[in-house]
Amino acid sequence: MRKVSIIGGGLTHFGEHWEISFREMVAEAGAKALHDSKIEGKDIQAIYGGCMASGRLLGQEHVGALIADQLGLNPLPSTRCEAACASGGVALRQGIQAIASGMYDVVAVGGVEKMTEVSVEEASLALGGAGDQEWELFNGATFPALYALMAKRHMLEYGTTEEQLALCAVKNHANAVHNEYAQFRSPITLEQAMNASVIASPLKLFDCSPISDGAAVVILAASDVAKKFVDEPVEVIASAQASDSLALTGRETLTSLKATQIAAKDAFKQAKITPKDVDLAEVHDCFTIAEILAIEDLGFFPKGKGGKATEDGETALNSTVSVNTSGGLKACGHPVGATGVKQAVECLWQLQGKAGQRQVKDAEYALSHNVGGSGATAVVHIYKKL
Amino acid sequence: MRDALPLIWRKIPERYTLLGSHCNNCKTDYFPQRTICPHCRSKGKLVDKQMPREGKVYSFTEVHSGPAGFQHETPYFLAIIELPNKVKVLSQLVDSSKDKVKVGAPVKMVFRRIFADGAEGVIAYGFKFKVVN
Ligand SMILES: [Zn+2]
Repeated sequence: MRKVSIIGGGLTHFGEHWEISFREMVAEAGAKALHDSKIEGKDIQAIYGGCMASGRLLGQEHVGALIADQLGLNPLPSTRCEAACASGGVALRQGIQAIASGMYDVVAVGGVEKMTEVSVEEASLALGGAGDQEWELFNGATFPALYALMAKRHMLEYGTTEEQLALCAVKNHANAVHNEYAQFRSPITLEQAMNASVIASPLKLFDCSPISDGAAVVILAASDVAKKFVDEPVEVIASAQASDSLALTGRETLTSLKATQIAAKDAFKQAKITPKDVDLAEVHDCFTIAEILAIEDLGFFPKGKGGKATEDGETALNSTVSVNTSGGLKACGHPVGATGVKQAVECLWQLQGKAGQRQVKDAEYALSHNVGGSGATAVVHIYKKL
Repeated sequence: MRDALPLIWRKIPERYTLLGSHCNNCKTDYFPQRTICPHCRSKGKLVDKQMPREGKVYSFTEVHSGPAGFQHETPYFLAIIELPNKVKVLSQLVDSSKDKVKVGAPVKMVFRRIFADGAEGVIAYGFKFKVVN
């Protein structure tokens, strides 16, 4: 297989953007990514785009062709990937495979979601489709409720506390202060998080990621041609993905995401490194408990110790492992289809030393972890400075 | 969509009576029903089987922000119930006082209205669970 690198990335601001349309967001992130990669449209050979729910949220399907059209890249083949909140990560993996296979030299990968066009209730119902519509949503489950059921078991089995959950949000808000693309750039205190209204016990408002609009694009190139375009490409040294039951009731345990564990094991094997080597990780913190599960399932901390590690500051910027330097889904925002690609952009800029005040010192290895639904899809990528 | 009439009608045996599946090859029970046994795949022999209607609370949450169709019920308890055959079921917990809702609490299935599609639309019925004193 050919080795694959990221040569550039582009983001729109994440947040509530009534003034900009779905297609304009795609075009903005795409143009920025092309500029960052120092390539032209004619260099691109194929497009993969992640988007979860444009049909439900906007009445717009056929997003693959729409992306190609808006970027002025017709007649390139353009394919939409859907895996709920992991749509972006799955699209990224498709782009990587397309180059690794030898089929293409340069590929664009995008992710986009426009979620504030409808009411919060309608957006929540659309997101509910990431779970099991017939056996979870039908019976009164919401997404926060599913993660709350996991949190409850984690607290029971390992003594994880509500404060430890809240501290994930406090840390991610602190990181987002330094990210110009983030939805929430104001710090929050533990007291604010603990006193917020309950959404689904034990999860409160600040334990939940927001509803967001946003788009992200990365340009991938075969590593043997990457330096023709940019001086500092970042190589993708692992790409892994795993599936699990759509419904929580089909899982062996509620205190691990098995799909994450399996994808992580595979990814570290491909990368020939261990979790200890990773300097920064963008993990899927759709809820604070999801960050605790992630840092355990990815192997950064032993099972059951994620809460304590967070409390001890081991996941803060420039600590044991810098987790969610972008602010994560919680504070940078979570336009679901864009998230997996945005994580790759953050890893790229960190490894290139372009992350400004949130820069991880001497970052050599970065990891991104994108989850679909309550854990039925997990995608893990590992990146290295070339 | 969850309020589609064919879907509600098709699932009546499962939702009204906890009718699941049993694999005669590996002896595993499944709920909801499956067409293929994930352990045995082509060697599996799935037949209908009634699930036990009593179990224990495995995990629970109190939902304060409910989805459309459930908003008038908030806050309500949602739980994962573990049945004696190790099958897990996600369900609302009803008719149970707050101090009795605990992990490990014994529960039994009850038949209830799940939601209604507006004042004149379809009413979906099915199982919920309640804590047994
Ligand atoms: Zn079987």
